[in-house]
Amino acid sequence: MADGIAVAAPARSGYREGIRLAIPFAIAVAGFGVTFGALAHTVDMDVVAVVVMSATTFGGSAQFAAVSLLAQGSTAGAAIAAAVLLNARYIPMGIASAPAIHGPWWKRLLLGQLVVDESWAIGNRGDGTFDRRKLLGAGALLYANWILWSAVGAAGAAFLSDPRALGLDAAFPALFLALLWPHLRDRRAVVAASAGATIALVTSLFMPPGIPIVLATLACLVGLRR
Amino acid sequence: MNATWTVVTAVGIATILIKGSGPLLLGGRTLPAEVMMLLRLLAPAVLAALVATQVLVTGNTVAVDVRVLGLAVAFVALLLRAPTLLVVVLAAVTTALARLVLP
Repeated sequence: MADGIAVAAPARSGYREGIRLAIPFAIAVAGFGVTFGALAHTVDMDVVAVVVMSATTFGGSAQFAAVSLLAQGSTAGAAIAAAVLLNARYIPMGIASAPAIHGPWWKRLLLGQLVVDESWAIGNRGDGTFDRRKLLGAGALLYANWILWSAVGAAGAAFLSDPRALGLDAAFPALFLALLWPHLRDRRAVVAASAGATIALVTSLFMPPGIPIVLATLACLVGLRR
Repeated sequence: MNATWTVVTAVGIATILIKGSGPLLLGGRTLPAEVMMLLRLLAPAVLAALVATQVLVTGNTVAVDVRVLGLAVAFVALLLRAPTLLVVVLAAVTTALARLVLP
């Protein structure tokens, strides 16, 4: 079936293939979207703020980090720094996939926003090059999906009484552990993760919330060691 | 503008620039391999720091409480290759039940 379509309309099927490959991710991400919307409600973010953040930041880990730090009483500056540092990985990832995103400057700027961990992985051919249609098809589905479900979570959060009673505060670290998991296949990433956790715990003893996360980024310097 | 909107706006603008920087400015050129490696290691370092502080830190103290049980269950679920959503739900349910049962 899919092969028949590919032969008949190769141009469109590339986007469709990207969308098809992204569906399992979209289902899983829908749950995170609802969770994010619900948790954002606990720091007084309404549906509009949640939709604006999901549409502009479009990065689950950065959004969760910002909201969870605000919930812990961190300053806005520390929450911003942690979220921006988490999204900083999109600099090298965006550079890697840049050749697949062509067109006028405004189009490159807009389409570049569709690069997210899952769409980047789907579009990656594994040889250093990227399939433009798969990348953008997957990215478009995941983008619409993320905005929709985070809005649903924010709208439904009014019905939740105490997020702690539901264990939602424990959902955060479990989620971050799940996001960390695929990185741990690389030995250098394991060293960076261990160093980052250690720096964060030690500095937590005397620093305000959020700052230890910023200091933990120094752990990436282990990459300089060969 | 309250703190929440400050964060939403600042993180949003920064991310648009971050994600746009590669396709917009670099074209086909690439950064030195050392720089790319450092940027790649940012994510595991920050994610591990978030896991550690959100499980073990309360205010300015490091202590073990029921959140560790939730994370331990999440760890086992990940080892068993459970889907991410199930991992998160199991951690939340474990912690909620532990709060009910334990004093």
